[in-house]
Amino acid sequence: MKLAEKMFAIDRRWVYLALGLAVLISLKIPFSIPIPISKEARNIYNFIDTLKAGDAVHLAIDYDPSTLAELHPMTLSILKQCFEKKIKVVVTALHQNGPAMAAAALDTAVARHAARSGEQMKNGVDYVFLGYKPYPALIILGMGQNYRIPFPTDYYGVPVDSLPMMKHIQNYDDVKAILNVSGTSATDYWISYGNGRYKVPLAIGVTGVMATDYYPYWQTGQIFGILGGLKGAAEYETLVGTPGKAVQGMKVQMVAHLIIIVFIIIGNIGYFAQRKKREQSV
Amino acid sequence: MDWPTTIATTVAALLTLAVFSFLYKDNPFYKFAEHLMVGVSAGYWVIILWYTVVIPKMWQPLEAGKWYYIIPIILGILMWARLNRKWQWVSRYPLAFYIGVSTGVAIPLEMKAKVIEQLNGSVDLVTTMYATQASGMTVVNNILILIGIIAALIYFFFSKAHTGATGSIAKFGIGVLMVGFGASFGFTVMARISLLIERLQFLLFEWLKWG
Repeated sequence: MKLAEKMFAIDRRWVYLALGLAVLISLKIPFSIPIPISKEARNIYNFIDTLKAGDAVHLAIDYDPSTLAELHPMTLSILKQCFEKKIKVVVTALHQNGPAMAAAALDTAVARHAARSGEQMKNGVDYVFLGYKPYPALIILGMGQNYRIPFPTDYYGVPVDSLPMMKHIQNYDDVKAILNVSGTSATDYWISYGNGRYKVPLAIGVTGVMATDYYPYWQTGQIFGILGGLKGAAEYETLVGTPGKAVQGMKVQMVAHLIIIVFIIIGNIGYFAQRKKREQSV
Repeated sequence: MDWPTTIATTVAALLTLAVFSFLYKDNPFYKFAEHLMVGVSAGYWVIILWYTVVIPKMWQPLEAGKWYYIIPIILGILMWARLNRKWQWVSRYPLAFYIGVSTGVAIPLEMKAKVIEQLNGSVDLVTTMYATQASGMTVVNNILILIGIIAALIYFFFSKAHTGATGSIAKFGIGVLMVGFGASFGFTVMARISLLIERLQFLLFEWLKWG
């Protein structure tokens, strides 16, 4: 078998092994790469940065563990910025597995904030977690009228009316923006029903797979910012000044992408060599 | 790390390795992890739906004397008639209601957000250029996007043969679509590698405490 044919017929397990080793080694080697900040990420940061203490935003956490790698760092960075700026956060989950993700993110963000500043953020005062309800479209429309329609109680069963933070928050008119971190089609619902029906400013953090689908909405101004995949998460970690798992992941991404490019080139050389051979034999 | 956390982390790590073993070939460890995930997910969803829908949206309103809740509850129960061949026609009533409401809610808003606003956005590319006297790369970008939109749409216009000028524009349209697919592919690769990185970060730093 010629070299070109060997290249084309390479066992996919060698590709996995090469990628695994590349990721493993580059995780252990200390080096960093620059994280250029995109306009769409900076817009979100600037928006939150210009809010006053006591303003409220709605953080919609609509992802499950399968997309945690890309989206959890975004949620943690947004929560960090909000907590530091004393911005109230209304948290919801419109995906069945979302409540566990939201609860975990809030626990981590509260603990980290306490460790950094010594200040304990309180549920019901600094943030509210309303929990999960099915049928995103109807829930989004319901919250537009009043948060209490779909969520008479919060995630922990406490009546929403008894939460101090919610006294002045009735519906989307009382939050400055909706920040949707999502690995599901919930983002479509937020665009059509949240922004489309109620004109509430909307920004999104989505997985890499989803990101390109939502750039048209950024171009039309229906959303004022996008965090796309791990890169978006790394950008936001950089903006809030806490490089974490996403920033660490981006250097590994670079190495992994180089490996993939090499394999694409090898595959293409093999393909064209085989095609040439077929043409010659015909 | 306390014992419960250590055990939970070790179980998670072993399950991660079981899933990764599929990359070599299908095996019983992978099958076990796969079935466990499906089972746990289904169980979790049932409990979540029980406590977020059945109790607060069905049981509690009835307990509070809101008897009109019986109407949606009956409609919901009728959905289950689909499981019986003889009575499955009954499920058409709640389905008709459901589809009617969903369509009424969805069509105007979806049309507005995903068609009208997008059309506006495309027209705005030109109008804002004049209004804001945009210059340099903005003008180039806007013109390129506009040409790209028209070319891609012409590729999907099948009422005229794709020959001559139409063919050339359609060919350019394919190029535009390919650029779009390429961007999507690049993002998808990044997404998949992100999952691998996160799992290895977990195995190395949280489980093995290596570094």
